[in-house]
Amino acid sequence: MWKLLQIELFKISRRSRTYISFAAIAGIVFIFQFAFHADGKSYMNLMLQSVGDTFDLNKSKAINGYFMCYIILNTLLIQVPILVALIAGDAISGEANMGTLRLLVSKPVSRAQILLSKFMASFIYTVILLLFMALTALLLSMAIFGVGDLLIFRNRGDESLIMQITQDDILWRYVAAFAYAAVALTVIAALAILLSIFAENSIGPIIATTCIVIVCTIVSNISVPIIENNVKPYLFTSYLVGWKGFFYIATTDEGQPIKGSLEDWPAIRNSLFILFGHIAVLLGASLYFFRKKDIMS
Amino acid sequence: MSVMLRVDNLTKKFKDFTAVDDLSFTVNEGDVYGFLGQNGAGKSTTIRMLLTLIAPTGGNIFFHEENVANHRNAWLRQTGAVVERPDVYGFLSAYDNLSIFARLAGAKVTRKLLMDQLEMVGLAERAKSKVKTFSQGMKQRLGIAIALVHNPSLVILDEPTNGLDPQGIADMRNLIISLRKDHGKTMIISSHLLYEIEQVATRMLIINKGKKIVEGNVAELLNPADTVVSVSTTDDADAFKLMQQSKWASLVSYEEEILRFRMHKQEIPELVQEVAARGIQIESVVPRHSLEEYFLNITKGKN
Repeated sequence: MWKLLQIELFKISRRSRTYISFAAIAGIVFIFQFAFHADGKSYMNLMLQSVGDTFDLNKSKAINGYFMCYIILNTLLIQVPILVALIAGDAISGEANMGTLRLLVSKPVSRAQILLSKFMASFIYTVILLLFMALTALLLSMAIFGVGDLLIFRNRGDESLIMQITQDDILWRYVAAFAYAAVALTVIAALAILLSIFAENSIGPIIATTCIVIVCTIVSNISVPIIENNVKPYLFTSYLVGWKGFFYIATTDEGQPIKGSLEDWPAIRNSLFILFGHIAVLLGASLYFFRKKDIMS
Repeated sequence: MSVMLRVDNLTKKFKDFTAVDDLSFTVNEGDVYGFLGQNGAGKSTTIRMLLTLIAPTGGNIFFHEENVANHRNAWLRQTGAVVERPDVYGFLSAYDNLSIFARLAGAKVTRKLLMDQLEMVGLAERAKSKVKTFSQGMKQRLGIAIALVHNPSLVILDEPTNGLDPQGIADMRNLIISLRKDHGKTMIISSHLLYEIEQVATRMLIINKGKKIVEGNVAELLNPADTVVSVSTTDDADAFKLMQQSKWASLVSYEEEILRFRMHKQEIPELVQEVAARGIQIESVVPRHSLEEYFLNITKGKN
């Protein structure tokens, strides 16, 4: 299994398309950092207006490395599934398209091992992609903008509010948020791998995965009770942004943030449980179909 | 010779279409086993079932009397194959491709092993070149190296001369002969180039519409006394009349404006002399390869 995983990682590392994702992330992060470095105060004014400008703060200190990373993650983690699908959607279909699938499957390794090694390689790729995001969006932003307390602008029901997390209470939240994002993106990878079993070129599964994510995200955001109660809880896209929960801090009755706390840990735990469930079901289905598949390519 | 591979009642159905129908055959150790059939006869489907790429609808495959279904990995460790096209990773070098598939096949990979293998197929100098820059012939040779790198006892080559130029075909023929003679490999070779099979095969199987037509030793199946010789002259109709008055009268036919003789291969020089002696100017003499004739005869009426 380790041998197969090494081979899969070697193949991924040698393909130029692998690095498109890293270049895209670096480019987007750079644009954000440049824009906020040049005119971050305007953004901050806009955000403060939305909450009534009742918050007393030093605006230039509010735009720090932690805040930058939060803003970037808010935007980027919606797009990253497409980058994950780019690699995972190619896992089986790419081999079929190149004609190497029949060579691979006719070697003395089981189909389950082949599939699991490809899934593991996609997971590792996802983790490396997130580490790269952490490096550029968090560490680089910290180096450019410095550190300080993190302001979170949030809509809760009808009210818009600002939460402040002290700088000594932030890093662990980012570690947890990236770990959560890794689990969420692994669902995308598992979905893309499942779809790639049925295709003989990579474009189909990549587009299909992207379409499923878009459609499910739209459905997840339909605020009609019949959808919210009966459909939304079962869609993985409802939990993709669950990483934000690590930045929703619990408060005292007086409204003071409680250091090291989470507003709703059971909800995060439940989200993770559902995401792991999705991974298990998608991976199980992939194993079932791949083991039964006639290799005709 | 002991039986290496035994295929019993192998069947593959795709919905209502039966691609392979109750097919049975045996491959002995040391055989170069020619696997013949027209396009769509079921050769590739059979080979894919042998390599566990597709699941049979029925039947069994035994390797040294052990059911392949229960000993898949052991069977595949003893098998090297090139199925249809020799597709490998174009974005990797020949060396990297060979290394990957050698490791997957369970070979103890060393630089020497890989370079020796590339040397054997004449690709050592291009070891570090990306495969996407290779010609079809070079890819075919790399495919052979991949099939052989783990020293399998059985080599399966599906249409090994596809896309090769005449020199490549000759090289492939020599390689197959060498693998049998010098390395003791048992081989299954499917091809639509009957002449190529005739040159190398010791035993053969002909299938049509997924069914076995005949199986046996090439020498026994092909009769040199039954060679068809097509003769082209300046006036074939006139030549036919003249030849009807000769000792060849019972062997000559004139159909579809082609003059043909059914005879022993050894008699061709005598025929040429006889025709010339009667003042007929010969433009060409083409002995039809006996396997081709045999194949056409045996599959005629089965379609």
